[in-house]
Amino acid sequence: MDSALVVHRLHFAFTATFHYLFPQLTMGLAPLIVLFKLMEARAPGRGYGESARLLARLFAVNFVFGVVTGVPMEFQFGTNWARFSRFAGGVIGQTLAMEGMFAFFLESSFLGLFLFGEKRLSPRAHLASAVAVFLGSWLSGYFIVATDAWMQHPVGYAMGDDGSVRLESLSALLFNRWAFWQYLHTMGGALVTGAFATAGLGAYYVLRRRPTDDARVSAALLKTGVVVAALASVWQTFPSGDQQGSLVAHNQPATLAAMEGLFHTTAAAPIVLMGQPNTDEKRIDNTLEVPGVLSVLTYRRWSASVHGLDEFAPEARPDNVALLYYSYHLMVGLGTMFAGLMALALLALWRGRLLGARPLLWALVLAVPLPYVANTAGWITAEIGRQPWLVYGLLRTEAGTSHHVSAGNGLFSLLGFMGLYSVLSIAFVLVVARIVARGSAAAPVEGAH
Amino acid sequence: MQTFWFVVVALAIVAYVVLDGFDLGVGAVYKWVARTPEDRAVARAAIGPVWDANEVWLLAGGGTLYFAFPALYAASFSGFYLPLMIVLWLLIGRALGLELRAHLPDPLLAEACDAVFAISSLLLTIFFGAALGNVVRGVPIEADGYFFLPLWTDFRVGAHPGVLDWYTVLSGVVAAVALAAHGACWLVLRVDAASPVHARAAAVARAGRRALMVLTPLSLVATLAVRPGVLDNFRAQPIGFALPLAVAASLIAGELAGRRGRERGAFAASCVYLTSMLGGAAFALYPVLLPSSDDPSRALTIEKAATSPYAMSIAAGWWIFAFVLVAGAFMYLYRSFRGKISSDAGGYGH
Repeated sequence: MDSALVVHRLHFAFTATFHYLFPQLTMGLAPLIVLFKLMEARAPGRGYGESARLLARLFAVNFVFGVVTGVPMEFQFGTNWARFSRFAGGVIGQTLAMEGMFAFFLESSFLGLFLFGEKRLSPRAHLASAVAVFLGSWLSGYFIVATDAWMQHPVGYAMGDDGSVRLESLSALLFNRWAFWQYLHTMGGALVTGAFATAGLGAYYVLRRRPTDDARVSAALLKTGVVVAALASVWQTFPSGDQQGSLVAHNQPATLAAMEGLFHTTAAAPIVLMGQPNTDEKRIDNTLEVPGVLSVLTYRRWSASVHGLDEFAPEARPDNVALLYYSYHLMVGLGTMFAGLMALALLALWRGRLLGARPLLWALVLAVPLPYVANTAGWITAEIGRQPWLVYGLLRTEAGTSHHVSAGNGLFSLLGFMGLYSVLSIAFVLVVARIVARGSAAAPVEGAH
Repeated sequence: MQTFWFVVVALAIVAYVVLDGFDLGVGAVYKWVARTPEDRAVARAAIGPVWDANEVWLLAGGGTLYFAFPALYAASFSGFYLPLMIVLWLLIGRALGLELRAHLPDPLLAEACDAVFAISSLLLTIFFGAALGNVVRGVPIEADGYFFLPLWTDFRVGAHPGVLDWYTVLSGVVAAVALAAHGACWLVLRVDAASPVHARAAAVARAGRRALMVLTPLSLVATLAVRPGVLDNFRAQPIGFALPLAVAASLIAGELAGRRGRERGAFAASCVYLTSMLGGAAFALYPVLLPSSDDPSRALTIEKAATSPYAMSIAAGWWIFAFVLVAGAFMYLYRSFRGKISSDAGGYGH
């Protein structure tokens, strides 16, 4: 690989990974805020309204960071991936423009109303603006996933005379089957992040027992968070994760082989729970595996033969099998842990012991960062898994870069983003730590007016 | 259809400049018009609930440009790589300086946020003006349809200019003054007369308008010197002369409205000024999207850069539908926050 290609890939990977730390929480919190506001309307005085307000403060900060780190993503299609943009802009530009025209405007107009307008609007209008923010953020997610889904599984296009793709069917682009499950899986992942954060926040307040904390708010956050997190964790495994895996198996068989570390085509293929892929010797070292399960998961038959990497030419395989294998296994492993942890929490909640179960509460607090890891690993699986293609089967990644932007210029701005995002991280932690520390206690005067 | 999308992209840019322009302008004059923490809170409150929705016009316009003219998006974004990276960093600085200030307890950190917000906003106005200057002047497009522009070369307008040369710097200065005056007009309109911000913003707006009376003809002369062909479209379609006339009329109307204390009139005149300046540039360029500085045959025209007719016509349907929704949402947003902002008004905290 030439160095400019590496730099452009890292440029997008770094800025996209950092960016997605924020939208996954906003998309996860948005429905929870609506839920809390609905519960407050039904049963006032149980801390649901205060919970919604606290989550909205966290939402607002995350939203701003999501916006400022999101703008560079749209720009980079042109700045770093110019030949890709020329090739595919006529198709994916549709979904990106729709995101701007439908989702961003909905989200940002009503977020202003939601955050600044609680005193100006009627409770009903305020709830409606919360719903609009929720819809806007989830719609935005759909357009982005539809864009990525087209790159994973291009549909509704025809090749033009100038070598670029032309849109043939907008509805095929919007209702790509790949987009459907990828969206549900991505949103489920965001909901896991949001619900774990909510449960962890509640657990933290229960543990710290500060007199200024409203115990009803702590309990509301904890209990609601646990219930939603349990549902979302199960949803991530089945059906959304299972269906997503099935799409990969049927449309990107080389990717599936690399994800599972299956170097050779195998009948009754085992699933590897643990082990290190050894790409030189083409085997998995130190494995812990369950026989036949991969065949069942992929083809619903114990004896089915699963394609191994050896069936594909080297230039048709994902270029980083080890990273793909590890990120996929990390995602699945964490997902399983999430379901287990939340099952325990749900059991404790059902028996009325959750508020006193200190080890469990501690686990919920410490688990807050893990969904971020799982979501990031999931996106790495999707994007590394698509390699060596930028648009699967149509455009190879090395053919998509901005060939007039040198490695040095790319590295300059990549380092610039790394430095700037380090500062952003510090600012984010400062601000969020303050909001979390204050909790549900009455807000001090802000902005001094 | 290609002409329709040329107009739509131009309108999206106008919407961005007019709407986020006053946010940037408020940032550019922030340090001058608001000196105490209370005054600064007033100035921020004037744009707090709306700046983010305004900024979406940049993304919506960019997305529209992306699908309608993908070859232009590809060539210009990679060619203007360095200034765009700087613009991205400044957009981050502007937004975070504005939004995080109220969250930081330490007065020194709050002061730092103010500085980042003000400096980023000011530099953005200059960069956006210079960007327009680059598009009017043209860039050295290579045979493959791409180019890469250094930040500066010798500051002369030749066949191989940099992003910054005397002409684009002049465009940047004009834009900075115009948007500063625009932001000041917005503050006059939004802030209660009892606040010192009101009087200072009125003074800045007045000074800005007078500077524009000098700078606008100067930039016109400079444009004629840099691109003599800029009048071709106007000669072919004399109706286009309505745009420079609107520029002149809006400057006079702004001055008159300012003198008589007509706040809405002054802000409206500023909107007309920005719209007709940009409209004039678009009228002069059509059907070229990006002129070539050395070989005119390499200019990117709407025909060369356009996507397929199907994509353009189906998008026209949803775009117009979305635009109606957006217009409705903006009206509701601005109506909800109408009324003067005074230093004792609450409701800003969130």
